[in-house]
Amino acid sequence: MTIVSRFLAAAIVAGSSVALAAPALAAGGGEKPPRQSWSFYGPFGTFDKAQLQRGFKVYREVCAACHGLEKVSFRNLSEPGGPSFTEGQVKMLAAEYKVMDGPNEQGEMFERPARPSDRFPKPFPNAEAAKAANNGAVPPDFSVIAKARSYERGFPTYVLDILTQYQQQGPDYITALLIGYEEPPAGVKVEDGLHYNRYFPGNKIAMANPLVAVFDDAGKPQDPNFYPDGTPLTRLQVAKDVTAFLMWAAEPKMEERKRTGVKVMFWLILLAGLLFMLKKRIWSRLDDMPAKAH
Amino acid sequence: MGEHHSTYVPKTGIERWVDARLPIVRLMHDSAVSYPVPRNLNYFWTFGGILMLMLVSQIITGIVLVMHYTPHVDHAFQSVEHIMRDVNYGWLMRYAHANGASMFFIAVYIHIFRGLYYGSYKAPRELLWILGVVIFLLMMATAFMGYVLPWGQMSFWGATVITNLFSAIPVVGESIVTWLWGGYSVDNPTLNRFFSLHYLMPFMILGVVVLHVWALHHVGQNNPSGVEVKNYAKDTVPFTPYATVKDLFAMVCFLMVFAWFVFFHPNFLGHADNYIPADPLKTPAHIVPEWYFLPFYGILRAVPDKLGGVLAMFASIALLAFLPWLDTSKVKSGAYRPAFKIFFWVFALVCVLLGYAGSQPTDKAVLTLGGRVVLDMVGFGQILTIYYFAHFLVILPLLGLFEKPLQLPASIADSVLASTGHGHPAGAHASPEK
Amino acid sequence: MKDVADNTMKAPGASDPNRRDFLLLATGAAGAVAVGGIAWPLISQMNPDASTVAAGAPVEVDLAPIGEGKAITLKWRGKPIFVRHRTAEEIASAKKDDTASLPDPQTDLARVRPFDGKAQEQWIVVYGNCTHLGCVPIGFSGEYNGWYCPCHGSHYDNSGRIRKGPAPRNLDIPEFAFLSASKIRIG
Repeated sequence: MTIVSRFLAAAIVAGSSVALAAPALAAGGGEKPPRQSWSFYGPFGTFDKAQLQRGFKVYREVCAACHGLEKVSFRNLSEPGGPSFTEGQVKMLAAEYKVMDGPNEQGEMFERPARPSDRFPKPFPNAEAAKAANNGAVPPDFSVIAKARSYERGFPTYVLDILTQYQQQGPDYITALLIGYEEPPAGVKVEDGLHYNRYFPGNKIAMANPLVAVFDDAGKPQDPNFYPDGTPLTRLQVAKDVTAFLMWAAEPKMEERKRTGVKVMFWLILLAGLLFMLKKRIWSRLDDMPAKAH
Repeated sequence: MGEHHSTYVPKTGIERWVDARLPIVRLMHDSAVSYPVPRNLNYFWTFGGILMLMLVSQIITGIVLVMHYTPHVDHAFQSVEHIMRDVNYGWLMRYAHANGASMFFIAVYIHIFRGLYYGSYKAPRELLWILGVVIFLLMMATAFMGYVLPWGQMSFWGATVITNLFSAIPVVGESIVTWLWGGYSVDNPTLNRFFSLHYLMPFMILGVVVLHVWALHHVGQNNPSGVEVKNYAKDTVPFTPYATVKDLFAMVCFLMVFAWFVFFHPNFLGHADNYIPADPLKTPAHIVPEWYFLPFYGILRAVPDKLGGVLAMFASIALLAFLPWLDTSKVKSGAYRPAFKIFFWVFALVCVLLGYAGSQPTDKAVLTLGGRVVLDMVGFGQILTIYYFAHFLVILPLLGLFEKPLQLPASIADSVLASTGHGHPAGAHASPEK
Repeated sequence: MKDVADNTMKAPGASDPNRRDFLLLATGAAGAVAVGGIAWPLISQMNPDASTVAAGAPVEVDLAPIGEGKAITLKWRGKPIFVRHRTAEEIASAKKDDTASLPDPQTDLARVRPFDGKAQEQWIVVYGNCTHLGCVPIGFSGEYNGWYCPCHGSHYDNSGRIRKGPAPRNLDIPEFAFLSASKIRIG
């Protein structure tokens, strides 16, 4: 069995050596994001509903002016495995948004209040408009951003990630980015329209610190009652809450997926156990074989 | 099939009636029930069945995905998200299909390296091996086109880079690339034809698999001793129940690994960049193909000349088809070839390192001496590429002439006795003779 | 020496091959459940997806713009719905026919909906698909000046009742209710 084990070892290395996650941020020049603790970590991890609701508030009041959520529908907000707003809340919330509909009988497009079945309207009608309003940079859509951002883990960490289940490169990076705004170190010149960020690849990011909407320059909350549920209002907390919301937006079926996975695994182990016993028993018939006539 | 006589006996009148007109039940019986299997096969021989399972899994999940996917540049990305969010179990179908491709390649690489180690390509199995190389090529083409369909950044730029390989062909290269694209860049016509071909090719694979299995059942399986079957009663066991139950057990174990990725780590084997919609005006900082192409990508990048790189890459795969004649050794199994064994593992390591080289930025330092970069990723890739080709073109031909193999067992049954001291390959308790 | 059949037999001393084999049965059952578990998502994925279901939510229709003697066709859940504003003569003729020989007997009153306890007889709301094979009938035509289906010649009266031709049933009425005298909610 030594050949078998060596072969398997080689196969595992070959299979995994390669999936170097995170070419997205391979450009370098950004520090590795610190690791955060997440309620959705691991095979049994779930979303923290209160956190998703807080995160949605942050998204809506801080990010939504520039960053769309175009793959997400209002109805998703009340679906299981998500922020779990009530259907009534979602209906009222949707009605606050205007979506384009039509054409009507006169052949004209018209705006109407959104319904739960509508998707979040885009903040800009097209990429050019977004560019014009944002100094030439298009603010990315946030629907799958938590899966679209990553950083390089390096060898052998990424191999171990298969077993440790670490897959929160996206969330860790987003949180780090939100708290990563600081004064540039001496000697680093930051051009007009750019901002220094410790964790952004290349360190110079077009987006101004978005959390100034929540905290003033001295770090004091603009509105002490921003979180009605009494959660302590810190930069890290706000960053983590909106990140958790974005992770849910990117992977709304995560809880269903993991729940199904646990059942599937249980059944496969059972089946493997039965088949192993059956295999042993069938092959034991050969014990006397060579003694038989040719 | 092959040399052994059919043992199928139709029991009822209906079975006899059908058997006289279309002996399909007989065919199934002879190839999946009474077919003689060398009794000393180890678990590496279960990967053929696992591959069959993966092919079927990919075809079924693929057909389901097509019911919801839209092959249009304006809708492809959105329709994949629609599958992930709205379609009943859509997330399961898509993650099973995406991770299934990786699992398929893990299984096929184990299958190929098993063949390399035990000399499964040698006479009389040359055609069986070449059909396998054809399947491997079709798999690569299918996987590449499938990766384009979600129309993310990696899809788009992967398609651009790979189709541009053909521009290396002198004189007609540019025309061929324009023809492949159906336009002046990778665009909607390209996506549409890739979708069409991605649907077609698995059925071509299925066709070649039928030939592969036909050839296998005609010549019979190789085995860890590399000694051919001499005495069916002593050397073989019937496929059912022996191989059937063993294959099923191995399949379920493999499915556990598959399920681990699908349910608990579904994006590990993918790229974050492919969750960014395709943008023809902006290339990701670091383009890498899917992991299963990396060794070949490493070879491509190692050659400084454009045409040379493309030729080297295709040659590295085409070379496999000539392997039966490049390996001059009379002994099949690596288990009885002490020198080959070492070179085999070195070769396997070189392939892994080629994959690593293919995944890294070209200017990355591999070896620095006194602050000076002595070897960068390109140089490293070149050394590995030279070794890759040398393994087939120099080492294997010479090894067969100079190596002194170990004493081969007289028969499969003898090899079983020798390796376990028992009457059967694994977990025996009874004594061999009474 | 090419016969391998004897290897399928159990070794001497093994248990009776005819005995009900618990392990084999258990494995087979577990495998069958697994296959069923795999089959279910493959079947379920063809049911309407969440966005289709959500888009099929009830809709409100303003009746005010539809003048007497006029009709509109709207689309709901991908199907046409006819909303017809009947004149007094049309209502009278439909009521008169309650006693005629009808293939699918139904009174006109049973085909209208009330608001505030009063039947809104002037409004007929029906699915615009012929009950024969699903074609869309043409309004204000046919022998009964209701609807006429050009596919296979079914005639409906202004109440949407089948009068002549191959269609088996009256035009189906979607679930709807009056929210006010000039507003309905369908679904």
